[in-house]
Amino acid sequence: MVVNTEVNIGVLKLNNPVLVASGTFGYGDECKEMVELHKLGGIVTKSLSLNPRIGNPPPRIVETTGGMLNSIGLANIGVKKFIQDKLPFLKSIGTSVIVNIAASSVDEYCMVLSLLEEQEGIDGYEINISCPNVKDGGLSFGTNLSITVEITKRLRSLTTKPLIIKLTPNVTKISDFARAASDEGADAVAVINTLVGLAVDIRTRKPKLSTITGGLSGPAIKPVALAKVYEIARSVKISIIGIGGIMTAEDAIEFMLVGASAVQVGTANFIDPSTAVKVADGIVLYCTQNKIDSVQKLTGAMQY
Amino acid sequence: MIQILSRVSNVRSISDNIWAINLVSPEIASIVKPGQFINVKVSESYMPLLRRPFSVQQVNADEITIIFSVYGLGTALLSKKRPGEILDIIGPLGNSFNTEDKFDTALLVGGGIGVAPFPFLTSILKRSTKNIITYLGARSSTHVITQQLENVKVATDDGSMGYHGTVVDLLRKDFSGSQYGNPKIFACGPTPMLRSISKLIQEIQVPCEASFESAMACGFGICQGCPVELVNDEKKYALVCKDGPVFDIRSIRIPYGS
Repeated sequence: MVVNTEVNIGVLKLNNPVLVASGTFGYGDECKEMVELHKLGGIVTKSLSLNPRIGNPPPRIVETTGGMLNSIGLANIGVKKFIQDKLPFLKSIGTSVIVNIAASSVDEYCMVLSLLEEQEGIDGYEINISCPNVKDGGLSFGTNLSITVEITKRLRSLTTKPLIIKLTPNVTKISDFARAASDEGADAVAVINTLVGLAVDIRTRKPKLSTITGGLSGPAIKPVALAKVYEIARSVKISIIGIGGIMTAEDAIEFMLVGASAVQVGTANFIDPSTAVKVADGIVLYCTQNKIDSVQKLTGAMQY
Repeated sequence: MIQILSRVSNVRSISDNIWAINLVSPEIASIVKPGQFINVKVSESYMPLLRRPFSVQQVNADEITIIFSVYGLGTALLSKKRPGEILDIIGPLGNSFNTEDKFDTALLVGGGIGVAPFPFLTSILKRSTKNIITYLGARSSTHVITQQLENVKVATDDGSMGYHGTVVDLLRKDFSGSQYGNPKIFACGPTPMLRSISKLIQEIQVPCEASFESAMACGFGICQGCPVELVNDEKKYALVCKDGPVFDIRSIRIPYGS
């Protein structure tokens, strides 16, 4: 049986439902020697800001049980250098290119998106309003409903391309934020960004990250992410891209069954940069074994 | 840089709590340079989740060797590997020591397990006419690993072998006595040792390349998790995994602490 792997995220058609998550795959070129990039459902770039950001002081990474904390602080080359140095390669791969935007103000989001709108070869935007590791913007946007509304509304007015709002789980009721994004015309929400976490070195009694707290990712957060996707799926009609600790095809299928139309592989890329390709293959195998002719049919198919 | 499944051909204890593993990997063995590292998946499970980076200690035909001290869960699991087991490794990663530039005497200065890249570096240096002198620092005699090194001088914290004191103090003493002809220092070891070397070379004005270490998630530049601070550079940070691990020691602002 031939399985149709195409999925739709609003007006965006993906070759398969497995993308690589922002901040876990650089700008695509870093992994070209090791990964069959054209087999990815899409690449979500490292977050881009208007100007380059140097990121946070070390230590930025600490491993925890079944996961890791990071405090990178949106280190990136800036949108202009991205357009000049990275976009030509991304365009050449033959997979969907989603550019992730992070900013310290609503105006900065708009300026970055406007610069990208002038370029060919970008298939959509993912808006990071949920980074826990920066002082300005980041979580303070993603946990504020009226700013979430404003950012979505302003960016919607600037582009007809797919607009994906990446939400933070660090709120009381994430479905309120998904609904706000949906009401303002976003095509999809990406769920979830990292959870705020902390680790302490008891020998030195110091926090293990320079910023004290960081963002928890990896398999440890998968059940939390699944619950958030489930909550949102019962609340809004727009597409959901599920993210959170996906290591295997089984993990990805769980996200689809609770309501995700597509998924992103994040932390797993650090361990095996081909994870997303393997996950996509595994989803097809599952569909074949279960006589499902289209992966779209998995979305929301949880029995309960 | 490639990701491959590599067969363990030998596992042995080479000193107190220090282990060596040989991995059959012709793809990496044929291209790796001294100072580069590999990133090893030590477990099929999610404990530990991340790979563990190790300097390539030596290359023999199709095989590469890594050495490590058992420090946490990852290295404990690695020490229990048996010949025939398969490990998922990525490498070779990072930059390498420059052995081609103009110097006549290579001074290899290593602290503890920081000796790791030196046997391979020594093998490469021996292809030239350069002199090689190796300074090793360790807590005590049982932690000194002298195999496959040239003209070894030892310093131990407890005085149980060689000079009683730090390896950098020994190096400083030797420099005050006689001058090495046109030397270059290759350093690898804990942060306090690198900081001492950094201070010493300001006094003696000798070029020094040092290999830095950092916790890292990926090892190939995508996680941005392993920065070191640059001196006088608007970029501010370089990545140990991709821009390093070898840096001109004068270019790095070495942090305090361990």
